[in-house]
Amino acid sequence: MTLTAVAREDPHHLGVLVDVAHEGPAPKRIVTGFGFWIFLLSDIVMFSCFFAAYAVLLGRTAGGPSGAELFNLHSVALETACLLLSSFVCGMASIAADERNHFWFQIAMAVTCVLGLAFLAIEFHEFADLVARGAGPTRSAFLSAFFTLVGCHGLHVSAGILWLLTMMAQVFAKGFRADIERRFLCFALFWHALDIIWVAVFSVVYLIGSAA
Amino acid sequence: MFGKLTWAAIPIDQPIPLVAGAVVLVVILAVIMWVVVKGHLPYLWQEWITSVDHKRIGVMYTLLAMVMLLRGFSDAILMRAQQSVAFQSQGFLPPEHYNQIFSAHGTIMIFFVGMPFVIGLMNLVVPLQLGVRDVAFPTLNSVGFWLTATGALLVNISLVVGEFARTGWLPYPPLSELTYSPGVGVDYYLWSLQISGVGTLVAGINLVTTVLKIRTKGMNYMRMPMFCWTTLASNLLIVAAFPILTATLAMLLLDRYLGFHFFTNEAGGNVMMFMNLIWAWGHPEVYILVLPAFGIFSEVVSTFSGKPLFGYRSMVLATMAICIISFMVWLHHFFTMGAGPTVNAVFGIASMIIAVPTGVKIYNWLFTMFAGRIRFTTPMMWSTGFMVTFAIGGLTGVLLAVPPADFLLHNSLFLVAHFHNVIIGGVLFGAFAGYTYWFPKAFGFRLDERLGMAAFWLWLSGFYLAFVPLYAVGFLGMTRRMQHYDIEVWRPWLMVASIGALLILIAIICQVLQLAVSIRNREALRDTTGDPWDGRSLEWATSSPPPAFNFAFLPDVTGEDAYWAIKRHATLEASEKPRDYQPIEMPRNSPTGFVCAFFATVMGFALIWHIWWMVVAGFIGAFATFVVFAWRDYDEYEIPAEEVARIDRANLAARRELVTAAGGS
Repeated sequence: MTLTAVAREDPHHLGVLVDVAHEGPAPKRIVTGFGFWIFLLSDIVMFSCFFAAYAVLLGRTAGGPSGAELFNLHSVALETACLLLSSFVCGMASIAADERNHFWFQIAMAVTCVLGLAFLAIEFHEFADLVARGAGPTRSAFLSAFFTLVGCHGLHVSAGILWLLTMMAQVFAKGFRADIERRFLCFALFWHALDIIWVAVFSVVYLIGSAA
Repeated sequence: MFGKLTWAAIPIDQPIPLVAGAVVLVVILAVIMWVVVKGHLPYLWQEWITSVDHKRIGVMYTLLAMVMLLRGFSDAILMRAQQSVAFQSQGFLPPEHYNQIFSAHGTIMIFFVGMPFVIGLMNLVVPLQLGVRDVAFPTLNSVGFWLTATGALLVNISLVVGEFARTGWLPYPPLSELTYSPGVGVDYYLWSLQISGVGTLVAGINLVTTVLKIRTKGMNYMRMPMFCWTTLASNLLIVAAFPILTATLAMLLLDRYLGFHFFTNEAGGNVMMFMNLIWAWGHPEVYILVLPAFGIFSEVVSTFSGKPLFGYRSMVLATMAICIISFMVWLHHFFTMGAGPTVNAVFGIASMIIAVPTGVKIYNWLFTMFAGRIRFTTPMMWSTGFMVTFAIGGLTGVLLAVPPADFLLHNSLFLVAHFHNVIIGGVLFGAFAGYTYWFPKAFGFRLDERLGMAAFWLWLSGFYLAFVPLYAVGFLGMTRRMQHYDIEVWRPWLMVASIGALLILIAIICQVLQLAVSIRNREALRDTTGDPWDGRSLEWATSSPPPAFNFAFLPDVTGEDAYWAIKRHATLEASEKPRDYQPIEMPRNSPTGFVCAFFATVMGFALIWHIWWMVVAGFIGAFATFVVFAWRDYDEYEIPAEEVARIDRANLAARRELVTAAGGS
């Protein structure tokens, strides 16, 4: 009886694998952060489709302008600076949140917001300029892919800013509660992930695109 | 004011959708009336609609799937009827209506029957099997369900307001572009899938996080029940594949709404990019559906053979292998679209390789049954029926994976027979097995066995009668989606197929009756112990139905087949000592999911009909809902220790006899 009972606990003789201790459900902060990472990965998969579409359609200019004729790398460099700097300041907000410092948290978030808005303004200006020059998204498949990929990133930044303002209001109204801190952790992950995507946009769209 | 929406959108000249729509509307109104008059509305609102309990949400997913199965099956009956009369005549369905029916049939069966059925069962069972109290994100879970329901609602609205896509279940451009499909049909398709796709993604993230991060003490990866493994694999696929669908459909939407040129014939658009992207999602999708079914069969076969699952490690390996290889075979869906012999050969071989882990699984189930004391209950019958049927479907699949053979058979009814063979024989039989197997866990009483058996045999024979003839007419050269035909030799085969569809109709009637009869006889079918099948995993260690908190104490797992070990050791005997009950915190119910879905429906409908002010209103509403949700101060409620003690003692008393009887022998 004892023998069979023991055998049943490990019927496949997994031996050493079974010895790994598992302590039970992870704490909420870990679960939330992990789940949000999974979401970010899925978001990156979505972006990778738009990247793939851009790569496929890069040469499909249908007689219209190509990237080399359109892209202004100076304004793109400025955009990049705004976004990367906003990520740095967002990191500062994380430190302020860890320190429970309301004043610096709100300052850092406000600066993050301003830099994000500056990024969006430059991007909007670039888009408006292209449309005015007759190089809107309906001109060619290449431009469709360009506007979709860069615009999708821009939409993410816009959503991030809505989220950012909500976070500021929440912390102002309710303080650094555990659930609000978890939410802020997710926001910070989101904002930094937008940088990662932007680095890819900068390299694939603007650098390779200007060469094409 | 109302965009493209006018009275002309109601198809007054087409009696079939109008009558069908009217019947559905009357049924829905009658149900709502009954609910309101009987005073069930507060109960429904508080206990179901706003529920964030994974068991309730699982039940609602499954219910949605079964209702939509009726809708999808009525489309199937219409198609079979049309093809059996449309020999050298137009039949009773005009082409534009027939095209909508086969498009709606495929869309509904995959997205609103298959998906919610498996997601519902995973939701219901996985936290119980992992020995925990809930999924990782309970409120998000509710949002996911209601967004899926929104998608289903929009598809059904298209029946009476406007039209549905006529493009097939995957809207291939350029046919689906505005030039060739100027109506709202494709827009209904696109927006309902975008919205329900968000719901599916949410469910996927939730279940991946649950399996990876929320397991009870001692529940190592290699101790998880097989169903948890297949849930993990299936949801990893959801997380990796559904964003591709979202992106692809977004590109098509941009083409249609804003004049972009992703897939158009003009201005450099690339149609083949759509084929590649949609099947990069579409092939993993079939494994998203079938992997959970494999998990269900593993549980059922092991329980009813009274043995641990044979080759657990190889089963895990096969599951994860399928998870990865499923991303490497997409091109076999369009061998004939000019990829060239080398590429076709690579993808043909990859497609054959993916049959290997599936074969491993079949052998594992057979060896689990070998020398076991098999009890042929309804779930076990579905499982054995599956093994035979799915093996045949797999073989025809390997045949289609050979590119030269595919050049002859592609787009024929042979293909249609093949994928029905694997989806009905695999996914649907699995869903029915799981439904019968876990029904007592969800509701506390078993389903009637006699009607269950009848339904099984009718489904099985109906399936073979309906689809073996389609293999034959496929060989005879009949292509899919034909509204009428002139070839005489096809006709007898199609008549037989219609008889098969009628048998399936009787089978479905049996299933509806089974549910009704079981509810009426529920006292006789009552499961008092929580373990009606002599199960092996932790969902059977709690009462049926489980309390809101699932387990008064999170079980401590010491080996595989966790509950079997508990029963053998009779460790519950220890519970005769007073247990130290603690209050339990559970997430509070929230209408967030329902309200979000309401605004999503408004937005989706407005987008389809170009009613822009309504889109803005819907968006503001949805955002406001999120802010209100984020603003709440109490997201949990406490179940006091006395209440936990009362529920747990009742459960222990009921099962102590069972447990000691098993352990003492």
